[in-house]
Amino acid sequence: MNIPSIPLGDWIESGLTWLTSEYSSVTRAISRFTQTGIDVLNDSLMWLPEWALLGLIALLCWKQAGVRLAIGAVAGLALIWNLGLWNPMIETLTLVVFATLVAVVIALPVGIAAALSNRLYRLIMPILDFMQTMPAFVYLIPAIPFFGIGSVSAIFATVIFSMPPAIRFTTLGIRQVPVELIEAADAYGATRSQKLFKVQLPLSLPTVMAGINQTIMLALSMVVIAAMIGADGLGSEVWRAIQRLRPGDGFEAGIAVVILAMLLDRLTQSLRKTRRS
Amino acid sequence: MDETRPVKIQVRGLSKVFGKQPKKALELRDQGLKRPEILDKTGQTLGLSNISFDVYEGELLVIMGLSGSGKSTLIRCLNRLIDTTEGDIIIDGENIPTLSEKALLECRRRHFSMVFQNFALFPHRTVRHNAEFGLEIRGVDKAERHQIAQNALTQVGLDGWEDAYPNQLSGGMQQRVGLARALANDSTVLLMDEAFSALDPLIRKDMQQELLQLQSKMQKTTVFITHDLDEALNIGDRIVLLKDGEVVQIGTPEEILTQPADDYVRRFIEGVDRSRILTAESAMRPVRSTARESDGPRTALHRMRDHTIDSIYVTDRDRRLIGLLEAESASKAIDAKSETISDHLSQDFRKVSPEEPLHNLFAMFGDKSYPIAVIDEQQRLLGVVVKGAVLDELARAGEQQ
Repeated sequence: MNIPSIPLGDWIESGLTWLTSEYSSVTRAISRFTQTGIDVLNDSLMWLPEWALLGLIALLCWKQAGVRLAIGAVAGLALIWNLGLWNPMIETLTLVVFATLVAVVIALPVGIAAALSNRLYRLIMPILDFMQTMPAFVYLIPAIPFFGIGSVSAIFATVIFSMPPAIRFTTLGIRQVPVELIEAADAYGATRSQKLFKVQLPLSLPTVMAGINQTIMLALSMVVIAAMIGADGLGSEVWRAIQRLRPGDGFEAGIAVVILAMLLDRLTQSLRKTRRS
Repeated sequence: MDETRPVKIQVRGLSKVFGKQPKKALELRDQGLKRPEILDKTGQTLGLSNISFDVYEGELLVIMGLSGSGKSTLIRCLNRLIDTTEGDIIIDGENIPTLSEKALLECRRRHFSMVFQNFALFPHRTVRHNAEFGLEIRGVDKAERHQIAQNALTQVGLDGWEDAYPNQLSGGMQQRVGLARALANDSTVLLMDEAFSALDPLIRKDMQQELLQLQSKMQKTTVFITHDLDEALNIGDRIVLLKDGEVVQIGTPEEILTQPADDYVRRFIEGVDRSRILTAESAMRPVRSTARESDGPRTALHRMRDHTIDSIYVTDRDRRLIGLLEAESASKAIDAKSETISDHLSQDFRKVSPEEPLHNLFAMFGDKSYPIAVIDEQQRLLGVVVKGAVLDELARAGEQQ
């Protein structure tokens, strides 16, 4: 028996080729736009002297989460500075912040829509499963023909990989609003948008924030992978250490990623807690 | 009941079927089938069947039934939180089931405020912002709704709690916020869905009393849902008794107690009927204050004010009851420069012996607000019975069953 294999790969490839050639002007525009955004953010963060940025971050931590996180932030960032990884750290931070922003801007409306429409919910959930379970490397391959080597492709892959939790948690948060509160809003004659903005969104905010926190963590986990297609930052330090077989350098960059991750995690979690639930 | 009072809400032939083929269920209903058979045959639940009643302007109408009787469905049909299957609900000439989406919003804003069993306060809003909710939805400007909400909170005794969040309040206080939210909205009808059922018994009694006080001040048309007969008897001007989605009886508490429409109602009030062996003594309370016949009118009036009562029983030196002095007569006595109150006493009050069966007392109250005096053979004043206490005793007897 000789069952011919389904040429799934061929189909996807020709689809992607078609997309690339057909929409190259669009992708190029997106690419240029994104690159400018990244550069501006990156340059302004780097323009600040190290100690000034460190102070600003410590202040933010202190205001939002308290003295302990502020002390941790100072110690961690000082270590990164000392190791000579300040600039890669800024590049990584830029990448994560940018990717998270894009992901959240897409995820919030999609998540809200999926919460309010059952049909959309059934459509979106399997797509999210796909996005999350597909090995993240795979996204890098089409990203290159679309956006070329570099940060924009990295952000593209990072956004796709890290967006699902933000959508899921937004949907979950809105669906979890107790029925009786919806009833109360209805009983007083609230319109759909009044209900959304005065009741559903504020009440789902802690859950939405948890989703955004997850998105940030996933985005950070992509930095090393993104380095493979030429994104700068701590990831590329790790990548270089791998290629040169220098475990010491690798761990230094790795520890810097961990510090950044913990900082971002604690900071976003504290944002969530300061909201009253 | 006075049938000429203006009607606020007219409910006619209201039915509700839960399921996808309501027509079929209603056909079977018209053939005389009941809820369980219809469920068996069609998989449709007949939630409400052919309900008709009026809600009069300014009355407190209690809709009472056990769980599954359809009372929660019914109150939600009134403001169309649940869509009806057939029938009319007419409020000020508008038929709620036929309103457009937009007209419905307008109707809800103007006519209905709702108080919920589990309070349904918005946890992310302060007490004040909760109370303001209805006004905010209607687009009342900030300063004005601030003021209105403040007044409503004062009315329910929550002064000073404006900036607290609901989770910082006890259950009773949370429901006061729920009530303030409803009052601030100044709608024409107040819907209360098991509003006090989640509160513990003592607080519940307090809230009932407060609702009655508010009600006597505001005369707001109120539809109150409860599963508790005691509560229904205590606060209702009239009661609609529901069973399996149908109306069993409509009447005043007295009518329900004295002329139950069928065996179901009879069984329902059986606990209360136990009261026939209860006596005046069991519901009697000590007299808070009495006057002596030799007292001057000013002294008597002063005592009434101290105890916030508007009449006082007057006894002689041996505590024998000789009459009742009303605040008005006391004022007249002062004007007439009388030395004592003995010439201004009224005999227009009820007195009973401690052995008097409680159910007889019920009819005696009539429209009088004075408590009934309980006296012994020597005419000595032992205590008084107020209307609420009779109901308390009836209810307690019901619970003990």
